[in-house]
Amino acid sequence: MNRFGYRLSPSSQIDLDVSDNSLFRDILAGEPGISTCIACGSCVASCSAGVFDKISFRKALHLLEAGMDTEAVALLEGCMMCGKCTLVCPRGINTRHAIVLIKRKLNKG
Amino acid sequence: MTDRVLIIGGGPAGLEAANQLNLLGYKPVIVEKEDILGGHLAKWDRLFPEGERADTVLYKLIKPVEHTPVYLNTIVEKADKEGNNFRVKLSGGKEEIVSAILVCAGFSLFPAEKKEEYGYGIYNGVITSSDLEKWFKTGKGVNINNPSKVGFVHCVGSRDEKVCNRQCSKVCCVTAVKQACEIREKFPDSEVFCFYMDLRMFGRKYEDLYLKAQNKYRVRFIRGRVSEVSEDFTGKVVIKAEDTLSSKPLKVSLDLVVLMTGMISNNSIEKISGILSLNRAEDGFIEPADTITKMYDSGKEGIFLAGAVTGPKTIPETLSEARASALAIHNYLSKKTIQ
Repeated sequence: MNRFGYRLSPSSQIDLDVSDNSLFRDILAGEPGISTCIACGSCVASCSAGVFDKISFRKALHLLEAGMDTEAVALLEGCMMCGKCTLVCPRGINTRHAIVLIKRKLNKG
Repeated sequence: MTDRVLIIGGGPAGLEAANQLNLLGYKPVIVEKEDILGGHLAKWDRLFPEGERADTVLYKLIKPVEHTPVYLNTIVEKADKEGNNFRVKLSGGKEEIVSAILVCAGFSLFPAEKKEEYGYGIYNGVITSSDLEKWFKTGKGVNINNPSKVGFVHCVGSRDEKVCNRQCSKVCCVTAVKQACEIREKFPDSEVFCFYMDLRMFGRKYEDLYLKAQNKYRVRFIRGRVSEVSEDFTGKVVIKAEDTLSSKPLKVSLDLVVLMTGMISNNSIEKISGILSLNRAEDGFIEPADTITKMYDSGKEGIFLAGAVTGPKTIPETLSEARASALAIHNYLSKKTIQ
């Protein structure tokens, strides 16, 4: 098949009018600390697996809040549950617990 | 040499300085361009970080100086040095002979209509932080009717070379957080968003307020400068920004958009610095002789500074400076008298 050099790209816009962040709200109920994230990135910087895999708790949380669950969860797949991120979080968020809740929720589904 | 001191501006700085000068045995005279004392404080409802009523603070500042002479609706037109004194001509043909002048001319809020892309004065759903404060205080001015989604846009007219205001206005971040909490308090079913570039929670208890906004009021903080505001056919206001934390464009439709207008220099500062030959910096505010150890010193003999004429400040900072200026005036006048 010939390629003509043009394509249709899906919109990457976050549209808060239609976004559904029910997964985020479920996790929030179990780990209220996640509302206090200040996006400092220390969870990502301390991640043991982060240099080998695309892992970002910070960004995952952020995408979940925007209702982009699939993209968010992909950022936690390589997590080894070591819990170092919990040790460094300046807001005292139990990040490991939040990740456990996310994974548990998805396995159920 | 007289014991009279002219205070230009009857806002928090001028009122506090007048009180201190009275206590030190001088005779301050306040010149105020508006028809009431109190400056911006008189128009505000509650103050960050703890929500103290502006009325209460203003009363504490005005009560001690109720017998101090005040010229309302008056500005300084001319000031000539005559020996140790200044002969000051005021609008309305009045004249004062004083031995020191304290400049407390304050600041103005950025006129939001200059940022046309934010739609102030074009769309009914777009208001400023001072409109909202007036509505909190009096219920008047703008029409706010049980909004379900409200957005706060930080840095309107601040940190923006396009409107010739590079400076950070410093107090708007925490004001936005305060107002966001108040909106959630008044309208518990509403969703509130803050669009920010940085959140500068520099003062004591400001971070606590921010934390409360996050965990108690569930205000959503979105890092990204709003690029444009438009109105859809239903009358909702649509905001576009980049969500820079996920590197994605973002849009949301809101019932109310509040523009956090910054503190800027104004015509009064320009005019008075012309009359008194004071230096102004690139940001338009008056440049003190020493920005670390002598913020109150204009560098001109007998002329002193206090409050936001030397840049954006909080009220406690302004009041401390007013006291420092009163003491500096006392030191200046008592040294002169001994000579």
